[in-house]
Amino acid sequence: MPASDNAFHTALALVLSMDPALIDIVLLSLQVSFTAVLIACLLALPLGAALALWAFPGRGVIVVLFNALMGLPPVVAGLTVYLLLSRAGPLGEFGLLFTPSAMVVAQVVLVLPIITALTRQQIEELHHEYREQLTSLGMSKLRRIPTLLWDARFGLITVILAGFGRASAEVGAVMIVGGNIDGVTRVMTTAIVLETAKGDLPLALGLGIVLLTLVAVVNGAAYVVGETARRRLG
Amino acid sequence: MNDMRLPISLLPLELNEVSFVHRGQTLLDRISLRLEGHGKILIMGPNGAGKSLLMRLCHGLLKPTNGQVHWASNANGKPPRQAMVFQRPVLLRRSALANLTYALGINGTPWKQRKPMAWQALDHFGLTAIAHRPARVLSGGEQQRLALARAWLLKPEVLFLDEPTSALDPAAIKAVEDAVVDFHRQGTRIVMSSHDLNQAKRLADEVIFLYGGRLIEHSPAEDFFSQPQTARARAFINGELVW
Amino acid sequence: MPLNKTKTAITILGLGLGMVLSLGSQAQDDERYITLASTTSTEQSGLFDAIIPKFRDNTGIDVHVVAVGTGQAFEIARRGDADSLLVHDTAGEEQFVADGYATERRDVMVNDFVIIGPSDDPAGIGEAETVDEAFSMIAEAEAPFASRGDDSGTNRAELRLWESAGVEPNGEWYRELGSGMGPTLNTAAGMDAYVMSDRATWVAFDNRQNLDILFEGDEALFNQYGSLLLSEERHPHLKHDLAQQWHEWLVSEDGQQAIADFELKGQQLFFPNAK
Repeated sequence: MPASDNAFHTALALVLSMDPALIDIVLLSLQVSFTAVLIACLLALPLGAALALWAFPGRGVIVVLFNALMGLPPVVAGLTVYLLLSRAGPLGEFGLLFTPSAMVVAQVVLVLPIITALTRQQIEELHHEYREQLTSLGMSKLRRIPTLLWDARFGLITVILAGFGRASAEVGAVMIVGGNIDGVTRVMTTAIVLETAKGDLPLALGLGIVLLTLVAVVNGAAYVVGETARRRLG
Repeated sequence: MNDMRLPISLLPLELNEVSFVHRGQTLLDRISLRLEGHGKILIMGPNGAGKSLLMRLCHGLLKPTNGQVHWASNANGKPPRQAMVFQRPVLLRRSALANLTYALGINGTPWKQRKPMAWQALDHFGLTAIAHRPARVLSGGEQQRLALARAWLLKPEVLFLDEPTSALDPAAIKAVEDAVVDFHRQGTRIVMSSHDLNQAKRLADEVIFLYGGRLIEHSPAEDFFSQPQTARARAFINGELVW
Repeated sequence: MPLNKTKTAITILGLGLGMVLSLGSQAQDDERYITLASTTSTEQSGLFDAIIPKFRDNTGIDVHVVAVGTGQAFEIARRGDADSLLVHDTAGEEQFVADGYATERRDVMVNDFVIIGPSDDPAGIGEAETVDEAFSMIAEAEAPFASRGDDSGTNRAELRLWESAGVEPNGEWYRELGSGMGPTLNTAAGMDAYVMSDRATWVAFDNRQNLDILFEGDEALFNQYGSLLLSEERHPHLKHDLAQQWHEWLVSEDGQQAIADFELKGQQLFFPNAK
């Protein structure tokens, strides 16, 4: 397949050229996904921990719901956020549609269930180990949340990376709510879709390789940090 | 750490017909007893007798299926301060020092006092050299000493120890036993489970003997070891009961 | 060591916060821009890259292009999410005005559709005189035909052509893809199908494989683009002033010249025809 032959050359040339347009796209991709993951973490980590600690009627339903939402198709998330942010929608007056902020919102919707569900699972396991000791120390459930989140930190790095992977790889949602506007809301994935539509498959695949490399670098860095700390702390 | 510890009241704990049923199995069967006085109490019995369960019920980690666990109030009008040391110490994924300051934080010790107090406790238990090491990579003996140091900082009026030495080597066992004596000397009431006869003979002032979820004997240690009242206890002391 | 950790943590937090803040400020960077809902054909050919800088130099107004199918473009404008609309479905545009969503529609430019197919032309449409005849031949031969099937302007035009050829397009050979022009061309190239495309997208398209233009030039393939001035009454929050400048610039001498000047691979693709 000639497209793939050229793709690696194209990817290399893209990176070496330091094309400012490409750099803007890369930076925006990272910025949007990092911001979305950051916001999602602020909400999902405590939420997931709370779901792990509290037993209440309907908890099972919520747990299943979050698990199911992990597989939420990005287009559906995008469409939902589009309808919310559209001028005709309930949040229309903020004028967020077709801005990077809208893309962040859409990615938060996609990432939140993943981080919540996986955090709940990790915290549940850790709490199984800690429960008696923490009860013996007389800790309330609320006060256990920060303790458990901190002590589960190495596992949670992987959880957050899963969220970041989903955010940076998805295209359906950001395409709809961002509009793939050149220089404003064009990110790696929507650029790939555009180049594919133009039939410039080597460029599309080249961009794909650049994206994959970026995600790999982020994952690699987190892995090294996590493993080193894990080995040190046992 | 020579602070004043309040003498505990004469009748801190009373169990009244306490049963614990799990998945249709009666694991503790109508146990009634009073723990009073100041001696070190050892809960003995073969594996599966219900020793750990009884301690968890006393400490409040579990609720009895039937019957009541009643703590008398101490001088402050509250149930006495308690701590528990487990067979496999549960330490947080942080440094030894941080494990101690953490426990102090929970009991409301002002921030500035936490580190000095933690260092004192580390010193007391011979752990200063490993203060900054992650707690989870310490040896079994060090981990158990750290768990004891943590309990020490909480200044418990009652300390529960659930088979604290069963996974340790002789030197580490000695350190734990010394610590237990130390706690007791400071006025802490000791309730400890063990299936090790020699250890019980070394430490016990009072013995509670369980078998099959039932309270078989509750007597002063001297009496228990010299003239056990039941055939089961006799068999246990003679090493004829498999544990 | 603890100091270093703290420093790192603060740096990371600061970076994160900086990113979030800069994202916020970007959104309200400069209010002097409009959002234009338009079609993929104009965007993908590179027309906007060529003419928007000229408009911006003239007026200081930037244009953010959201390139979607014509059906979706109408929907975006109907919901009040775009300030301006540039599409190619004259009938639909007139209906849009009649429905009160737009106050004015102006012809801006034309390009044309071409019928593309595998170069060995199994249906023989190269011999056809009219596009009606070409379509009939494809249906007759039951040669694979890739239709966008996405309610875009091109899709609507294609359906009108089938109707005028008196053919009901269905059957194994007629593949409705539900995709944009580019993906449809990619698919057609993959399965050696006939396909109707606007010339601009075709010229910009690189993954042609075995495909070639087999029929072109019939007036029925004329593809008119129109600019719509959206109703201020319907959506008062839109940037009507700026949008009106764009609308008027497009049909002005400067705008028309800019469109005429745009070439791709040495070909002029859009022919200004404002009246």
